Amino acid sequence: MAQAPALPHGFELPLLPRLPRIGSVDQVAIEERAATLAKRSIKRESKLFALELAVRMTDLTTLEGSDTPGKVAALASKAIRPDPVDPTIPSVAAVCVYPNLVPHALERVEGTGVKVASVATAFPSGQSPTDIKVEEARRVAELGAHEIDMVIDRGAFLSGNYAKVYDEVRQVKEAIGDSHLKVILETGELGTYDNVRRASLLAIAGGADFVKTSTGKINPAATLPVTLVMLEAVRDVFEETGKRIGVKPAGGIRRAKQAVQHLVAVNETLGPEWLTPDLFRFGASSLLNDLLLQIRKEKTGRYQSPDYFTLD
Amino acid sequence: MTEIDKKQDRSPVPSVFEYSPAPESRDVVTLEDRYGLFIGGEFVEPRSGEFHPSVSPSSEEELAEVSYGGAEDVDAAVGAARTAFENGWSSWPAGERAKIIYRIARILQERAREFAVLESLDGGKPIRESRDVDLPLAAAHFFYYAGWADKLEYAFPNRTPRPLGVAAQIIPWNFPMLMLAWKVAPALAAGNTVVLKPAETTPLTALLFADVLRQAEVPPGVVNIVTGDGRAGSELVKHPDVDKVAFTGSTEVGKEIQRAVAGTTKKLTLELGGKAANVIFDDAPLDQAVEGIVNGIYFNQGHVCCAGSRLLVQESIYEQTIQKLKRRMSNLRVGDPLDKNTDIGAINSKAQLERIQELVRSGEEEGADVFQPECRLPEKGWWFAPTVFTSVAQSYRIAQEEIFGPVLSVLTFRTPDEAIEKANNTPYGLAAGVWTEKGSRILWMAQRLRAGVVWANTYNRFDPTSPFGGYKESGFGREGGLHGLEAYVRFE
Repeated sequence: MAQAPALPHGFELPLLPRLPRIGSVDQVAIEERAATLAKRSIKRESKLFALELAVRMTDLTTLEGSDTPGKVAALASKAIRPDPVDPTIPSVAAVCVYPNLVPHALERVEGTGVKVASVATAFPSGQSPTDIKVEEARRVAELGAHEIDMVIDRGAFLSGNYAKVYDEVRQVKEAIGDSHLKVILETGELGTYDNVRRASLLAIAGGADFVKTSTGKINPAATLPVTLVMLEAVRDVFEETGKRIGVKPAGGIRRAKQAVQHLVAVNETLGPEWLTPDLFRFGASSLLNDLLLQIRKEKTGRYQSPDYFTLD
Repeated sequence: MTEIDKKQDRSPVPSVFEYSPAPESRDVVTLEDRYGLFIGGEFVEPRSGEFHPSVSPSSEEELAEVSYGGAEDVDAAVGAARTAFENGWSSWPAGERAKIIYRIARILQERAREFAVLESLDGGKPIRESRDVDLPLAAAHFFYYAGWADKLEYAFPNRTPRPLGVAAQIIPWNFPMLMLAWKVAPALAAGNTVVLKPAETTPLTALLFADVLRQAEVPPGVVNIVTGDGRAGSELVKHPDVDKVAFTGSTEVGKEIQRAVAGTTKKLTLELGGKAANVIFDDAPLDQAVEGIVNGIYFNQGHVCCAGSRLLVQESIYEQTIQKLKRRMSNLRVGDPLDKNTDIGAINSKAQLERIQELVRSGEEEGADVFQPECRLPEKGWWFAPTVFTSVAQSYRIAQEEIFGPVLSVLTFRTPDEAIEKANNTPYGLAAGVWTEKGSRILWMAQRLRAGVVWANTYNRFDPTSPFGGYKESGFGREGGLHGLEAYVRFE
């Protein structure tokens, strides 16, 4: 039997029934499987379906030090109506911003169904005292953010202090009340697929509604094999507990083609039930325009100049 | 932007993620109505006068008529090969031989799409496999052996390697081009000439290969292709002027061939059937092991001699593994081999389909539980849904006999010793798979498994540098690597 990672004395994963098996991931095989999924040839109606779904799943993101109310207002408008000339294009799922900009974003998206997500807990590094991070998350929730994207403490995780990682997720979850919790694993810093799987299960055990790959500040960010590992972890949790957890690859997905490949992976790993913005999201900024470009190409049969699509 | 409005109604966005058909175009392939035999660098009418259609198993469409060679045709082909051997090929400067073989490899790469489409049309295998596995590997084999052609004395240091003469090569229908490459490439590299007998149901890519031979300027008679059924094969094996026989196919025919060459000086290599065990330990990376199980048995519709057709699962993870396997199987797409999204294509022939059906019936009668995912099989052509048998006892026919179809038998074990015992409890010994996170256990298992190939945490992975072949009734001799080259030389 594979051993769960060694846990400090007195600590137990609180999942009831406790996950009996963390399991492992074979690097060569998972990458091969991801490559096979990426080879699915998605054409015509199925492509249009995937592109449109990808728009609805997008968390349109700006996380820059230079973000201003003006920038966020523009982003929110784009989120609500991505393509001004094609009214059939749906709104995206959410805008994702820094805490200070949550009120501005809220004001803009009110009444449109677009959610506001905010990063918290000493984003992007997570290297702050726990109480400060928990307090930050509480305050962001009080500001009205619908969704909180927290980061795990990779320093704690990599030094084997899994209890701390778990504990922080649990405390943040408690602090934010009904807000939706996405837990960023920053897979580019975890180093192995085994770690991605462990961190996913740890975050889910702590109360994550979503597991998210990356902050977007580290390379590599979301890759198809990494997303696949997380999808498989989510599937194992579902099969054992019936609990549905979402997955959000973020960072590095810039092309519509990559988004479609991810959707194929979701479809063939978790099934059509997960093909909804409630359970799968893309964290992206430049992806949206490529989706719009491809949708227009599918509808008209021609590629158009990127100049025909608004920047934000 | 009125254009958008106009076209708005035309393509409504569907409500489910169904993959639209994505067929590879057939236009790259041009077929003749009728093919003769390729002897002495020319297509000639068969002296037997016999022609039969080659049928596409996915549509039952007759693709072309091919000749069925008889004794006289075989004699002519062996004669042409002998002449080509004596008149130059064997004494050509080795570098020139290498050049020609490299040329074949490059042309195969250039024309890969054409060959892949024809392979799928004629044999029924999914285009994804013929495009990504069969053709790249076939070209890789020619590249690899082309490299040895002018380095034979380094391949076998301090021995003087010489070509054997005329090689009779009989290949099966499951990997027509790949098996052709496995056999033709080392034979040519060592300076032999060849008479090739492709399988009855899949002769077309070999006939297209004749075109490559001409394009590569292979001298006439160096490779001769005699299509036909078992009679042509039997004449070829018995022909007194053949120096070497290489056969891939069933154990039954392999035994006949061995009897036929007994008492002659012909060298023989046989690559026969298998009933490989794929062993999953409880510490295995389970999702990837499930991929390996699927790849092991459903690759090429299970028409693979080294298919992992017996799954041995450690009892403590049996339930989880089967649950995951069944779920994964429901994602397998069965259908048009030319569709790029197809995972499982057509069964190669009606006869093979009947054999699979017969064995599956015997499994049900003997008391095993059968599972097949829901899938719509096309009406025309020969198809069989991916199948898994659980509660299988070692004594059932489905655990003993080679099914050569998409049918998996699942057995359980408790300890590594028991796994070895069960895995080796078969007359075959071609391949095996081991899935565990423990490196030491992989080595422990590999030492004890009586199988020519043992894969660890992967399955059905091939490489031209790696020898392939069986123990026991799976045959003898190796193909691939230096071992494969050695089968085509004698030492002075």
